Amino acid sequence: MRNPQLNAHGELQHLLTIEGLPREVIVHILDTAGSFVGITERDVKKVPILRGKSVFNLFFENSTRTRTTFEIAAKRLSADVINLNINTSSAAKGESLLDTIDNLSAMHADMFVVRHASSGAPHLIARHVEAHPHLHVVNAGDGRHAHPTQGLLDLYTLRHYKQDFTRLSVAVVGDVLHSRVARSLIHGLTTMGTPDVRVIGPKTLLPEGVEKLGVRVFNDMNEGLRGCDAIVMLRLQNERMKGPLLPSAQEFFKSYGLTAEKLALAKPDAIVMHPGPMNRGVEIDSAVADGPRSVILPQVTFGIAVRMAVMAILAGQ
Amino acid sequence: MKIHIAHGRVVDPKSGSDAKQDVFIEAGRITGVGAAPAGFKAGRVIDAAGLVVAPGLVDLSARLREPGFEYKATLETELAAAVAGGVTSLACPPDTDPPLDEPGLVEMLRHSARSLDLAHVHPVGALTAQLAGKRLTEMVLLTEAGCVAFSQADVAMPDTQVLWRAMQYAATFGFALWLRPQDEFLARDGVAHDGEVATRLGLPGIPSFAETIAMETMLALVRDTGARVHFQRLSTARGVELLRDAKAEGLPVTGDVSAHHVHLSEMDIGYFDSHCRVIPPFRSARDRDALRAALADGTLDALCSDHAPVDEDAKLLPFAEAEPGATGLELLLPLALKWGTEMKLPLARTLGTVTDRPARILGAEAGQLAIGQPADLCLFDPHAMVRISADTLKSQGRNTPYLGIELPGRVRCTLVGGRVVYEG
Amino acid sequence: MQLPDAEQLCTSLVSQLRAQVTPDTAIVGIVTGGAWLAERLHRELGLKTPMGTLDVSFYRDDLGKSGLKKQVLPSQVPFEVEGRPLLLVDDVLYTGRTIRAAMNELFDYGRPARIDLAVLVDRGGRELPIAAQFCGARLDVPAGKVLVLERDEAAGGKLVLQLSAQRRKPSSAKGSGK
Repeated sequence: MRNPQLNAHGELQHLLTIEGLPREVIVHILDTAGSFVGITERDVKKVPILRGKSVFNLFFENSTRTRTTFEIAAKRLSADVINLNINTSSAAKGESLLDTIDNLSAMHADMFVVRHASSGAPHLIARHVEAHPHLHVVNAGDGRHAHPTQGLLDLYTLRHYKQDFTRLSVAVVGDVLHSRVARSLIHGLTTMGTPDVRVIGPKTLLPEGVEKLGVRVFNDMNEGLRGCDAIVMLRLQNERMKGPLLPSAQEFFKSYGLTAEKLALAKPDAIVMHPGPMNRGVEIDSAVADGPRSVILPQVTFGIAVRMAVMAILAGQ
Repeated sequence: MKIHIAHGRVVDPKSGSDAKQDVFIEAGRITGVGAAPAGFKAGRVIDAAGLVVAPGLVDLSARLREPGFEYKATLETELAAAVAGGVTSLACPPDTDPPLDEPGLVEMLRHSARSLDLAHVHPVGALTAQLAGKRLTEMVLLTEAGCVAFSQADVAMPDTQVLWRAMQYAATFGFALWLRPQDEFLARDGVAHDGEVATRLGLPGIPSFAETIAMETMLALVRDTGARVHFQRLSTARGVELLRDAKAEGLPVTGDVSAHHVHLSEMDIGYFDSHCRVIPPFRSARDRDALRAALADGTLDALCSDHAPVDEDAKLLPFAEAEPGATGLELLLPLALKWGTEMKLPLARTLGTVTDRPARILGAEAGQLAIGQPADLCLFDPHAMVRISADTLKSQGRNTPYLGIELPGRVRCTLVGGRVVYEG
Repeated sequence: MQLPDAEQLCTSLVSQLRAQVTPDTAIVGIVTGGAWLAERLHRELGLKTPMGTLDVSFYRDDLGKSGLKKQVLPSQVPFEVEGRPLLLVDDVLYTGRTIRAAMNELFDYGRPARIDLAVLVDRGGRELPIAAQFCGARLDVPAGKVLVLERDEAAGGKLVLQLSAQRRKPSSAKGSGK
């Protein structure tokens, strides 16, 4: 089966998932993002690389935050950006997902940035636009499946602070079951040769057979954090804090919230990451989130550069 | 018309015979095998050289989508698909709209099917009104109208009190219950086997024990009520074990598996192929291998098509939102042959899983090739490959993971009641 | 074909430039050949302002055709561009498109007082109205051939002109015409 994100020349046609991306492609994206970080620090933060191109942000699931980062990235590349919150428009009128895509393709879109509640939706769209080689699909998060640009920005952040992936211990903590961020990061880390990737959480929030992704599983956070170089805290959705998976947010925080005491178990220079938005006092204590080891805000800055890099590379194919 | 089928390789799974013989048909029945009956004068001679002459296939689960879902498929298209696939008798589950919970609906369906004069249609009645799992249907009257068994189709029946009473009532009259075991709560929101593929793709999972917990509940009730239960479309290794133990214990139970499930596993989902969105989900390779072995050793009694034609739009959706099901009537024979070849079984035994053995569960006069039996026959070339494609499928549903794939076994001629209903 | 000696051309450029630069002038080289040349000119001319380098990949007009090269270096402009006279340096002037991209990028840093262009070789073949004020040599190079500057690190950073028949692959090099 051909990797649906690569074209016949093995170049990146779409970014759908980190799983199966060749290591060189990831490195190219991270290197290019490095050049864009410099540009975002200038007075004029724009380059003309996507001038005249139309980037459609198709958000079938609402996320102002992610949409904004893609919008900024596209605008800094001089693209025309069209934002569509589909859950409030066509879907309500019964138009099918692929009808929407056909309509927008007819408007000469060059790139679709897709956020969808259902795993695999961007794959479906990519398959559907196969006949239009100039069209590119970027997955901005699909169901529990993947959030590749978040995974890449996490990799960028780790490389920025820790350089060499092949010597790292990274712990991913919390609701792995529902997390597309966790899946993308795990695939990215294993592709980059990270020898020790750990997932930490209660059994109710770890998916069946997660160890097959190449991670070590810990239910005890203290044990799982010991000696690690980076801690990635996952967001716990409100609706999951009480119910069959967890009794309460307080109890979750007691066992799996990141506090200064727990952080002390990691290496002294360990960094703390979070994809945002944070639930302070649920998965992370404010003192840690705002503390010297937190790189949560730099992650946001790098996120723009990484998304610029992805779009620039796709547009160049 | 009297028909003489000449030079064919005649296989009767019931007796196990497999030999070059001629078959003679008069008045809708087989009147001679080998030697012609005295004074037989053929109105037509069918040259079956190079072909296998077998009983017509008996399929225990084929959705015809009528009444209510004519936009997906119609009796006409699906019964044409049946005979094109060599299927001459089939049972259809009650999940129509409205469900088959009233004698009038069953009579109407049988009447429409009879007027098409293709494959024999045996309706399975709804076990509860509206399949809602609360009130029993008129099983006696439904049986009189032609129902061969009672089922909830794929609709859950979480109230075990109702299930218990339904079994007691059915057992009173000796009716069979055909049940697909699945715990509704454990399967909630699930769309794929709860295993490594679902974890990787981020698809909500259905654990194996959703099947086996429900099965154990049903078996406990069978033990108490003595009801005859046929387990439909088992999907797990553990489910097969439970069935084996229950049979050894002497419980009146049988079981089947779908033709897709003896070949495919969770791995075949690939990159979210919605053709692999089926009920129950394709499970692990280990489960699949257990199903294959259990069908060969007789623990599983039959292979069914689990035919579920789905319109294309309903499949062109993200995996979890796509409508489950695969078209199967025209794949039943090829997939059975593929399985039999891979398991190195004699042809008569392979064909037994789609003829004689399901016919016994159906309780119908079908699935045998012997003097006196109805002349429901399937003539096929076991070596010719068929390419499964949207253009060649007769069914209105073109939804199968096998699209574009070549499979062995091309049906050349199908007879129902001594009449040629398909030639290809 | 006989290629001129890059080191000699370099010396000639230095002498042309010496009278023209002011204490304010900043020198900016285009990666990679132009940057090597700029480094040399910066040193020989004894300029006080630190030199800048541009990687114009994000400003090129043929991205859709050639793709983004593997390693885009961050541009370095360590001085105030606003109101400053700039000396833009490249190794070979050809179609003019690289120079256009470089000027566009420079304007994203500010409004320079003026921009002069210095190149080692002008090989003709212009597709835009761009000219070099300072030029080491004019050379007719057949279309389809690629003329680039190489730096021989083993020989103490000696600059050498190289002619190759094939265009280098766009993914690994600067790409089409300079």
